[in-house]
Amino acid sequence: MEHSSRALSRRRLLASVAAMPILAASADGRSISGTLPWSPFAGEPPRPVNPLGWYFFTPGEAAAVEAIVDRLIPADHLSPGGKDCGCAIFIDRQLAGSFGQSSRLYTGGPFMPGLATQGYQGDLTPAGRYRLGLRALNDHTNTAYKKDFRALTGEQQDAVLAGLDGGKITLKLRPGFNTKQFFELVLQNTMEGFFADPLYGGNKNMASWKMIGFPGARYDYRDHIGKHNQPYPLGPVSIYGEA
Amino acid sequence: MAKLLPRKDAVIIGLGWTGSIMAQQLTDAGLNVVAIERGPWRDTATDFNIAYMQDELRYAVRKDLFLQPHVEAMTMRNDMRQTALPMRDYGSFLPGHGVGGAGVHWNGQTWRFWDSDFSIRTHLTQRYGAAKLKNLQLQDWGVTWNEIEHSFDTFEYLCGVSGKAGNLKGRLQPGGNVFESPRSREYPNPPLKMPYTSTLFAQKMTELGYHPFPLPSSNLSQAYVNPLGIRMGQCSYCGFCERFGCGNYSKASAQTTILPVLMKKPNFELRTECEVLKVNLMPDGKMAKSVTYIGADGVEYEQPGDVVLICAYGLMNVRLMMLSKIGTQYDPATGKGTLGRNYCYQTSAGARMMFEGKHLNPFIGAGALGQVVDDFNGDAFDHSKLDFVGGAGVACNVSNGRPIGNRPTLPGSPRWGAKWKQATVDGYNNSMGIGSQGSSYPVRENYLDLDPTYTDRHGRPLLRITFDFPDNDVAMSNYMSDQMEKMVRPFNAKFAAVSRLKKGWNSVPYQSTHNTGGAVMGGDPKTSAVNKYLQSWDVPNVFVIGASAFAHNAGMNPTGTVGALAFWAADAITTQYLKSPGALVPA
Repeated sequence: MEHSSRALSRRRLLASVAAMPILAASADGRSISGTLPWSPFAGEPPRPVNPLGWYFFTPGEAAAVEAIVDRLIPADHLSPGGKDCGCAIFIDRQLAGSFGQSSRLYTGGPFMPGLATQGYQGDLTPAGRYRLGLRALNDHTNTAYKKDFRALTGEQQDAVLAGLDGGKITLKLRPGFNTKQFFELVLQNTMEGFFADPLYGGNKNMASWKMIGFPGARYDYRDHIGKHNQPYPLGPVSIYGEA
Repeated sequence: MAKLLPRKDAVIIGLGWTGSIMAQQLTDAGLNVVAIERGPWRDTATDFNIAYMQDELRYAVRKDLFLQPHVEAMTMRNDMRQTALPMRDYGSFLPGHGVGGAGVHWNGQTWRFWDSDFSIRTHLTQRYGAAKLKNLQLQDWGVTWNEIEHSFDTFEYLCGVSGKAGNLKGRLQPGGNVFESPRSREYPNPPLKMPYTSTLFAQKMTELGYHPFPLPSSNLSQAYVNPLGIRMGQCSYCGFCERFGCGNYSKASAQTTILPVLMKKPNFELRTECEVLKVNLMPDGKMAKSVTYIGADGVEYEQPGDVVLICAYGLMNVRLMMLSKIGTQYDPATGKGTLGRNYCYQTSAGARMMFEGKHLNPFIGAGALGQVVDDFNGDAFDHSKLDFVGGAGVACNVSNGRPIGNRPTLPGSPRWGAKWKQATVDGYNNSMGIGSQGSSYPVRENYLDLDPTYTDRHGRPLLRITFDFPDNDVAMSNYMSDQMEKMVRPFNAKFAAVSRLKKGWNSVPYQSTHNTGGAVMGGDPKTSAVNKYLQSWDVPNVFVIGASAFAHNAGMNPTGTVGALAFWAADAITTQYLKSPGALVPA
């Protein structure tokens, strides 16, 4: 997610309200009185990702993630595969941003092993978990197959992913971050990329929305709410107007 | 040293639903009011922009509008023998942040608790005998239905709630909720149009002999001008409601119902991005003199005021009272103390049905769009042969078909790969759910206090939640699952499964942002932190407004009752307290 525009918009907002005489004398520059503040261009639209290059992954990591997302979401008659849909690009951009850095989360110590009901208690950010997990994945496949994950056959890749998912393969990770957690993180982020608005880099051409029949950003169904059990006649649109 | 600012008549902490209501009422009474809000200014056109609000990743998954844990987290554990650890990301519940608070991204389900809730101990004891309550710390709220009905009415007309009355002054109304307590007049707007699944649910429940009715909704069925003269729009069933601000001005929030009037008043001032650290008391601890906050510039300020209104999210109200030493910490070992007592949550289960060849169109939804049966809610049914008290509303609510979070597949389907894709396609338009939203009753061992280890960015202790589902509530919820087993039968679904609640509250998957109690209202200062007017027993120029005052939680969404309590407390302040400042109820 891009947030640089937030600071800009806030500066604009403050600059515009600071110029208004209706503002009360302010304790600290955020005081509003006598007006409903509004200024043009104060919104914070999302910025579509640049589809070129890798921001976080090394080339080897990128190849592994492209291979993973293409097995989690294989190409078939229903949709293109995860790689062609941009899921790896999506994950890369997420890891390079606030999600990857846990910048919104509580990251204070001490770090202690927790109960399942207490959620993730490790000290690694998502970016750190991918870096460690992808390295451990290749360590595993080099031991088992003498190859990096990306060089395995599709069937072998499926077998490895099923092993991570089902607990039959244990990667060498670290306390507070286990193999199952790594797999769940990758699966969750892959699905986010596949089903999110295309502006984030995945779901290219709204492939997933077309696949399931989700109309995307349309925002108004008053003409169809009363048409019970009838197919919705329109295809999806995206936030930036792709249709 | 904090910079001392000029005195105000009233200082409000937090400008969400309750803060906005209090500010509106107190400025109308002529007071000079300042509201101090931790988060940013937010309004519809700029922050809930209709051009890009329909962004599931940003708002529903990355939670752009919510309180971020790095600003304030909480620790949790299931029982006192465990070590509480911080919820490093919010999951089970999602507090709000910024102007409008959680009222920005709520669903709009706008309920009235019942007369039997406000007098719950008296009611249940009379009907079943005191032994029925076992170890539950159920207690009357101090306020009665007849006293507070008017405040519910005021809040509903402020919001423009769309619904159908079931009990008008004691006369039952077919098609409405016949189990509700008597109301003085009809809802301000008619019910929303119903989607297919909710219509089907209402038909099946009627055939079973139950009494379905439209979920009372602050998503508006038609354009509306509220009593403050603020114009609201018609809900477009967009499917981006909970977790999102409304781009249509059709979901009630402080932004769409109060702020356009409040913000223009010369006797109101809002300071955003200012975090209150504590309420300062006089040396004898019996009166508040000011609040200390850190401004957006990082400087500490001291804002004196004659009255202090704590109007943050309920859990944060409790924490701020603890940090300010307003009241005595509750001790589960002795049962003494009131601050942190009677923390409750919500006790829910659900059923999922799958069909073939349907067009259920889950994306046509709204936060409070559906049909409900209350035949098994509260004390609407006889508990004399049952081993629990309380109940749940059972609803078929169609809120969204947003695909990152909502793409059910037949149980047993893989979670990835080619077969997962086919199962996802088959399930998306063929799946419907119903849910039981159950009461949560207080027990001695569920409580709030300050964490001994973890601190926030200012070095203050985090709030610690010690909670698990009490045996009474687990039994109640499982009884509801039994009822749902019977309810799904007539649908003849290809597949149906009913979930059953187990002990071990998990803080990770989303459940409900209906955290209640911790600074409860009541008639006895030994068991309540605030009196029936939400005035602190200990520091009478402090009022604490929010779901923190709930003495228990019912099987209904809390916001309607939160709004009513705010109007109720505001009336007490303007008609009683201002004339004669001091304790409104003798301790």
